[in-house]
Amino acid sequence: MRSTISLHLAKKGSFLRIEGIPEGKSRAQLLRLGLLEGEMVRCLERLPGGTIVLEKNRQEIAIGFSLASTIVVTVVKFPKEKE
Amino acid sequence: MVPTDPGPHQHVERHNHPGIPITVDELIRTQVALVGNPNVGKSLFFNYLSGLYVDVSNYPGTTVEIARGRFQDIDIYDTPGVYGISSFTAEENVTRDMVLKADVILNIVDAVHLERDLFLTQQLIDMGKRVSVILNFMDEVEKQGLELDIRLLSHYLGVPIFTTTAITRKGFDRIPEAIHEARRGQQDREQHSRLHTMLAIAGSEAEALLILEGDEDIAQRHGVAPGSEREAMYVERRNRVNLIINAAVSEGQIRKRLSTLLGRLAVNPWTGVPMLFGALYLIYLFVGSLIAQDLVEYLETNLGNGLWEPWVRDLVARFVDPNSWLGTILIGEFGVLTMTVTYLLFLLLPLVIAFYLSLAIMEDSGYLPRLAALVDRSLNSIGLNGSAVIPLILGFGCVTMATITTRLLGSEREKRIANAILQFAIPCSAQLAVIAAMLAGAGFRAMLIFSATILTVFVAIGTILHRTLPGKTSPLLIDLPPMRIPRLDNVIRKTAFRAYFFMKEATPWFFAGALAVGIMQVTGLLNIWQSVLSPFTVSWLQLPKEAATAFVMGMVRRDFGAAGLYDLSLSPDQIVVALVTITLFVPCIASLMVMLKERGTKEAMIVWFGTWVGAFLVGGTLSQILL
Repeated sequence: MRSTISLHLAKKGSFLRIEGIPEGKSRAQLLRLGLLEGEMVRCLERLPGGTIVLEKNRQEIAIGFSLASTIVVTVVKFPKEKE
Repeated sequence: MVPTDPGPHQHVERHNHPGIPITVDELIRTQVALVGNPNVGKSLFFNYLSGLYVDVSNYPGTTVEIARGRFQDIDIYDTPGVYGISSFTAEENVTRDMVLKADVILNIVDAVHLERDLFLTQQLIDMGKRVSVILNFMDEVEKQGLELDIRLLSHYLGVPIFTTTAITRKGFDRIPEAIHEARRGQQDREQHSRLHTMLAIAGSEAEALLILEGDEDIAQRHGVAPGSEREAMYVERRNRVNLIINAAVSEGQIRKRLSTLLGRLAVNPWTGVPMLFGALYLIYLFVGSLIAQDLVEYLETNLGNGLWEPWVRDLVARFVDPNSWLGTILIGEFGVLTMTVTYLLFLLLPLVIAFYLSLAIMEDSGYLPRLAALVDRSLNSIGLNGSAVIPLILGFGCVTMATITTRLLGSEREKRIANAILQFAIPCSAQLAVIAAMLAGAGFRAMLIFSATILTVFVAIGTILHRTLPGKTSPLLIDLPPMRIPRLDNVIRKTAFRAYFFMKEATPWFFAGALAVGIMQVTGLLNIWQSVLSPFTVSWLQLPKEAATAFVMGMVRRDFGAAGLYDLSLSPDQIVVALVTITLFVPCIASLMVMLKERGTKEAMIVWFGTWVGAFLVGGTLSQILL
């Protein structure tokens, strides 16, 4: 089953595809770090309150709640389906 | 695209940078800039090349550190780590200008994180600069089961690639070769055609590119409107980098490593919070206990009071009567030559070194950004994001230094909040040492009341400002570098450098402060001041009237203020009241100066007078409850 959610709701360990990043200064920063629409990432950690730590090819990026809540992702694989 | 000959462009590129004056010396010597993302080991290469002959200065008009070294006929510059060239932050501005000015770019790249790093590499190449790429951390590539086709990578980028391992310095001997072989790489075809229209105006491809990418500073320098194509150009570049990586990198078996595990544990709330307390406890043991108490006490008593002060007193007494006004100023109670020297050398210096050492270790190990992620949401409630943890922690070392780093924060609003918190509620390491010593004598209850009061004020200021200031908190977005064991030489170098700059900055103010108090003492102004303030100190705070002296000294240096309370005989509750008041009281002169510069006269004055009101209000209320 695939569903579209806001990134701040992602479950720890889930694999995600980025569907939408809002316009603005953060967008340029995300592009530089290699996060843009269509990229696959894994949610490494979801801290209480919704700060998200993502992993993309050995690279780890922390995204605060307010930004994460504006990024739209589809859940490609839930944690329990892992391998 | 055929890489073109770099020769003729160099001349043009030299004359179009109003940001940086160029000296004759710089025209003769080749200018090489070390450029790379944060935490790729740039400093190691810089140290290797420059040896001991380094001159470090603040970049004109900023507080960003720039180090220049000399290597043969080359001037080599270390630049702040950035993810791309533009003007989002002060660091980026400095790196951008250094890149524009340089003849050759030595681009240090983390071989394990090519997706991230090659964006910058490709941008440097698109700027038409002569580039050599150094792939660092090759040992980790192997350990993580990655395979890199370096010939293919070099072919696609169009620039030479050298490989190194920072830990063992393998490959470092080829760095000079890398500098000499640097050349212009494969520019993105799309971008290159766009460039030509702008080239006529900007005079160099590098600046033309930045204008097209919407860099406002550079556009302004050439009197044109910044381009609106950043988005498109970034996406094109990102796609190109991804293509290159797909071709040149293949992934084998990924092995879990201890450092990866440690990094994960640091951002997991269940393990991260205990780790944070563990780290703070270790710092407390080292800075607060070993250095602040044992070492400082030993140095102060034996070297300061035992050796230096009697010696200098005897020496001065041969020429000046110790009871004269000059004698009082030089070698009296607040003597410029006695108390001040002891204070600077035997109390402040060891503390500052110890603190910067701890900070450098936290920085270089990759722990700080993880800490920022961990506390992000909590700081949101006082209008800050996780990256504010850096100035706040730094504040416990030196509020002046921390005030400077508030400029790293994402918005004006956050800078304002962080600055106010720093000036009000964060005691610096020097003050903390005196506070710790006095609280230790006053008992556990006193310690508890003091900490609770200061913490309450901290949260209250943040919350009030967060609620009342317009605007929103900028979101946290940071890269978490791998956890690594810090390199000792790098940590020591960083510590020595920062401690030196701090002492250089602070020393004159210390002497000025002691001199001011000394003069007030001999002219009788001190007594007048004490009487003027006595309604506050004696009736409201219920402290002896001599405590007012502490508030004079507190205006000069925060710890001077606390130290002024040291010799008064106070009850434990009085100690709490006095310490709370002096902690919340005005920032030191050095902090005030920096605040004036960073935040403007109006805001600085509001904060400065605000601390008067706040300190006496909270201290007095506490006094009325306790005493």
